[in-house]
Amino acid sequence: MKFRVERDVLAEAVTWVARGLPNHPPVPVLAGVLIVASDEGTVTLSAFDYEVSARITIAAEVAESGTVLVLGRLLADISRNLPPRPIDVVTEGTKVQVTCGSTRFSLLAMPADDYPTLPIAPAVSGTIAGDVFTEAVAQVSIAADRGDTLPILTGVRVEIDGDKITLLATDRYRLAMRELTWNPEATDASHVALVPARTLSDTAKALGALGSVEIHLGGSSSGDGLIGFEAGQRRATTRLLDGEYPKVTSIFPSSADSESVIETTVLVEAVKRVALVAERNTPVRLRFSDGQVAIEAGTGDGAQATEAIEAVLTGPEIEIAFNPQFLLDGLGAVGTAYSRLSFTQSSRPAVLSGQDEVDGPADTSYRYVLMPVRFAS
Amino acid sequence: MRSTASILHLDLDAFFAAVEQRDKPSLRGKPVIVGGIGPRGVVSTASYEARRSGVRSAMSMAEARSRCPHAAFLWGRFGAYREASRLVMECLGKLSPLVEPLSLDEAFVDLAAGPSSTPLNAGGDVESIAADLRAEITRTTGLTASVGVASSKLMAKIASEINKPDGVCIVQPGTELDVLGPMQVTAIPGIGPATAERLRRASVETVHDARQLSEDELVRVLGQASGRSLFRMARADDDRPVVADRETKSISIEDTFEVDVVDRERLGRTVERMSRSVAAKLTTNGLSGRTVTLKVRHHDFETHTRSSTLAGPTDSPRVISETAHRLLAAVDLRGGLRLVGVGVSGLTDWVQDDLFDDDRPDPDPDPDPEQAPDPTEQPVTYRAGMDVHHAEHGDGWVWGAGLGRVTVRFETRHTPPGPVHTFAAQDPDLCPRRTYTVEP
Repeated sequence: MKFRVERDVLAEAVTWVARGLPNHPPVPVLAGVLIVASDEGTVTLSAFDYEVSARITIAAEVAESGTVLVLGRLLADISRNLPPRPIDVVTEGTKVQVTCGSTRFSLLAMPADDYPTLPIAPAVSGTIAGDVFTEAVAQVSIAADRGDTLPILTGVRVEIDGDKITLLATDRYRLAMRELTWNPEATDASHVALVPARTLSDTAKALGALGSVEIHLGGSSSGDGLIGFEAGQRRATTRLLDGEYPKVTSIFPSSADSESVIETTVLVEAVKRVALVAERNTPVRLRFSDGQVAIEAGTGDGAQATEAIEAVLTGPEIEIAFNPQFLLDGLGAVGTAYSRLSFTQSSRPAVLSGQDEVDGPADTSYRYVLMPVRFAS
Repeated sequence: MRSTASILHLDLDAFFAAVEQRDKPSLRGKPVIVGGIGPRGVVSTASYEARRSGVRSAMSMAEARSRCPHAAFLWGRFGAYREASRLVMECLGKLSPLVEPLSLDEAFVDLAAGPSSTPLNAGGDVESIAADLRAEITRTTGLTASVGVASSKLMAKIASEINKPDGVCIVQPGTELDVLGPMQVTAIPGIGPATAERLRRASVETVHDARQLSEDELVRVLGQASGRSLFRMARADDDRPVVADRETKSISIEDTFEVDVVDRERLGRTVERMSRSVAAKLTTNGLSGRTVTLKVRHHDFETHTRSSTLAGPTDSPRVISETAHRLLAAVDLRGGLRLVGVGVSGLTDWVQDDLFDDDRPDPDPDPDPEQAPDPTEQPVTYRAGMDVHHAEHGDGWVWGAGLGRVTVRFETRHTPPGPVHTFAAQDPDLCPRRTYTVEP
């Protein structure tokens, strides 16, 4: 095998493919990146850990086709640090020579025959605008569980119904839901898939910048236990989570007694400031009254802070307390100039959504439901 | 050090053994040894009669048996001890709001914070306070206590040893150095046999000897912390305050099984019941916690704790129980468990409720999990010392058990020594008597 490729092209490709490689793989070959050079002037790099696969095809001057497996992170580090010149990659027996100008690396080729076959993504189900996809995934995945308590909650639930996609995640304390439209292959497309949130978030960031993203869920409504994404020359698959997602419909309050509209950045900064005294995410208390919200944190035993900011209130005054990080996560995700907070009671879930104008209509395509905290009695 | 003798130290005499002698009249005046009776057990407490044969706390039970073969060897009844301790602490609470319990049978009281603080300078008042206290403890619990009163914690604790058992010693302010000087250095709390041996090699046997060494010399012999501490303690220089209500760090409950349990379902029910008790205790105290811990002791005494920290603090029995169950699921039960416990730490006073909580009602509306006996418990194992009831003969305690038979002596705290009868272990007329419940 012998090919020449531009430094930037190889560095970007191998960095993306190798990013998910395990530090301590169960079998050594899984730390590798498989490089396949084709006579058609392309080089395909791929990585797979039995959960997630990534594959990218780049253009190269291929002098001799072939296949080789090398340590992925090492190749990524090397290619990023080489000078901006063409890189030559040549196999010589059990070694892979990487040459760039006067710099020369000799890497050990791992047994490519032992490398697992990459999964084949299901058939394409539709396409979505990359920037919309990236934003929506980011808005929802913040609410996914990062712990190990309930594996099912580490996923984002993706529900497809015709040209509508609903993304939803919850760690049981807050729930984020985003509705958006896409271009399905079939108008009666119907899928429910549970995608690991971390992988989905990484994939959406990497592929969303490349324009339109294809989503592959196959024909059957349950999928094949696998979801695929494709954009530009990048393809990724990830295994779906298996299990029954908790019923969430009853979590959304059916009505609101009080609603407050606040400028998002002003509220974020005030909560961040006041929360400086809220050690270990002890609660921040928000007291909504006519024209303002007073934000407080801390107790008489330690430091205390208060700040009042402008807020429009409709309905009765209310005092409610939240984990400041959970509140900031939602405010950071809403993505609009104004935030609308809807309440029923201090002990019941509050709903956050965005809107562009202070007196404009609420944009309910994104909703963040947050359980308040209460004081132990 | 204060100018008045206003710190009181109380120590119950041979506490566990004394409770046994109180409740088992036939053992009064006889050697009684309480502890783990099994082959690997150690002595918790020996009565003064047993101490005469050289039996001491923490001695192996095998050695205790060889030194004092005719003693009564009993398993502890911690419910009875806790109850007695509670009554004693109540008596102390009447003297002052500042009571610092050190264990079930020992506490400091700051008399200066109490209602009778003004006339403390007159020694006579302190004497009558101590006498009244000891009389009240004996009246309410049937036990005896030793009391020391002095100007510091150190001297009060040393004083309570001086006329033990059933005695009082008041160290008058100004006499501390004279009282302490001739004592062995081991009288100072913290100086154990190993430290004493190192001091002996430096020709220090009494507190007076220790005072002849400079602070630097003591630090060289004992190290920084111990050296500096002994330098001050030897001069009765101790200004540690009495601290009531040490901050609760965790709330937990644990229980040792009569026989090792392998059955996962039964352990699950125990964990469920303990989780509810812990949650109830949190609620009563207006607390919540972030970290749920499961403690298990395997058949071979290997003990592990596993814990899981939640994203937000909880006081929910459901969340605590679910978390504890998940931790239990990871435990290897081969060989069985001797003990299981559930605890909650990372305590705070606010609760992050769960969005899903409303959907799932409490699965088992058991009104009083602590009292309700587990109907699925295995047939009881009778152990020496245990309280039992017989339909015909009334209340008594297990004198001995084994080979399918149980020997019971029928007597209680309020009866004279009673007769002994032997029954089959399965005798339907015989049952354990719960004089107490497992406390969180």
